[in-house]
Amino acid sequence: MDTQATQTAEEILSERGAPVVMFDQVELAFDEKVVLKNISFTLISGHTKIILGASGSGKSTILKIITGLLRADKGVVWVNGERVDQLSEREMMAVRADLGMIFQEGALFDSLTVRENVGYKLYEESAMPIAEADQRVEEVLGWVGLGEYTDRMPSELSGGQRRRVSIARAMAFKPRILLYDEATTGLDPITATTVDEEIIKLRDLEHVSSIVVTHQLRDAFYVATHMAVRGADGVVTIVPATPEKEREAEFIMIQDGVIVFEGDADALRRSKDPYILTFLS
Amino acid sequence: MVVPLIENWAKGAALEVQEYVRLVRAAVVGVFTSPRYGHDIIEQFDVIGVGSLTVVLLTGFFTGAALALQSGLTLDQFGGRAVVGRLISASMIKELGPVLTALMLTGRVGSGIAAELGSMVVTDQINALRVLGTDPIRKLVVPRLLAGFLMAPVLTIISDFVGILGGWLVSVYQLQISSGIYWSSVTQALYPQDVWMGIIKPFVLGFVIVTTACHVGLRTTGGTKGVGEATTVAVVTGSVAVIAVDFFVTKILIAAMY
Ligand SMILES: Nc1ncnc2c1ncn2[C@@H]1O[C@H](COP(=O)(O)OP(=O)(O)OP(=O)(O)O)[C@@H](O)[C@H]1O
Ligand SMILES: [Mg+2]
Repeated sequence: MDTQATQTAEEILSERGAPVVMFDQVELAFDEKVVLKNISFTLISGHTKIILGASGSGKSTILKIITGLLRADKGVVWVNGERVDQLSEREMMAVRADLGMIFQEGALFDSLTVRENVGYKLYEESAMPIAEADQRVEEVLGWVGLGEYTDRMPSELSGGQRRRVSIARAMAFKPRILLYDEATTGLDPITATTVDEEIIKLRDLEHVSSIVVTHQLRDAFYVATHMAVRGADGVVTIVPATPEKEREAEFIMIQDGVIVFEGDADALRRSKDPYILTFLS
Repeated sequence: MVVPLIENWAKGAALEVQEYVRLVRAAVVGVFTSPRYGHDIIEQFDVIGVGSLTVVLLTGFFTGAALALQSGLTLDQFGGRAVVGRLISASMIKELGPVLTALMLTGRVGSGIAAELGSMVVTDQINALRVLGTDPIRKLVVPRLLAGFLMAPVLTIISDFVGILGGWLVSVYQLQISSGIYWSSVTQALYPQDVWMGIIKPFVLGFVIVTTACHVGLRTTGGTKGVGEATTVAVVTGSVAVIAVDFFVTKILIAAMY
């Protein structure tokens, strides 16, 4: 029964429109402090979920539940067709093969060089030949504009550069789901836009499903309202999204452990909710 | 008022022990099964083994030398100055070598491990490892455990040797004993059991030091301040554990061998 069920699940998941991450009435408390009261949402393959919320509202916690770093107290969490709330740490490793996460503080390995950080998974956890891994590392570092920094240590980088290395590390092994925890916070507008465009390109050209946690509404709206297209000449450009494409980016706003808003960019702009209005202003 | 306090403490302690046992079990499984991280293992042998050499040489040497001075004084009361080598070799090999080396390792290696792992915990690096598909126990604990377990005996033997050497210098130049008499008395009273005792102990102590430090480091909470606390806890717990474990191992070995 098992093999057949898994195969079907995999087939379903590789289709467009398949749910790749699903939260169903998830609850989590740290000791007495309830952080998530009742969180339910679904991320569709190739879509973007943008999570907004005040500091301490539990955004990072949600990402940690998806990656299995934290375990929900109640509720069901599906990631890539697996119920991660029931998996052991060892079983979770298989799910993580498809998950890339950018940690809020970067979480770079400070004893490793930029190259070793970015290529960590390729060098340590895959059978990829070194030369090929090196090439991939350079390619990815080129995307985030850090091609010349391969042999530096993380402590020799600026905060924004560290953030970009962390993004490069998460995408180096081509995961199909990327989780961005404040990937643009603390970056200047130009670099932030570069990062936003990277998120858009991965989503639209590589069909990566993304969850974007951010305080920066500017970046949130940029990601939601733009799309990447590859022209006939192979050149990729970022253009304003078509209305259908725009609906593929959905905003979630969390307040006091529950979702107080869910909808696309347009709905968010038109919202009359006083909390959302203060958040947007 | 007091009862719940004790109850809380007991619960905390039980949880701590449970977590420690879990870590040790996972680490031992990690030693015997793949994947292993060879590069990290070699690095840790260098950091823990070679890196501790100076400290071990110095403590071993001065301990042996001081021991010779003291034993010389005591033995003079019985006119037994000539057997000073016997005392030095027996105390160094059976007790002082293993324990002092272990204490030095706790200070140098235990604190280093707790600080490094602790800061990796509070900066999410451990979580990043897990998300990237690496088991932190295999990547971080197993190499340190192997290096600590295997290098502690090597360092202890070196310490024993320089200790006896220090004793020799003092015996010859201060106590005016001839080299020949010193060395024959060093080997004379040395039974195989003593040597076994001196070699088995550091394996156990090395294991205890590293596992304690890894456990404390990986359970760090509370940011940079927490890292500082973890380091202190690792050294204090490690040192006490070394002395206590040494006592029990001695007791068991005496019962088993003598
Ligand atoms: N390990 C932990 N132990 C206890 N409480 C925790 C822990 N981790 C997080 N919390 C608490 O859970 C709440 C949510 O934390 P989380 O990091 O998810 O917030 P966030 O929405 O990401 O905030 P920010 O925007 O500041 O990053 C916070 O109130 C925090 O104090
Ligand atoms: Mg956060």
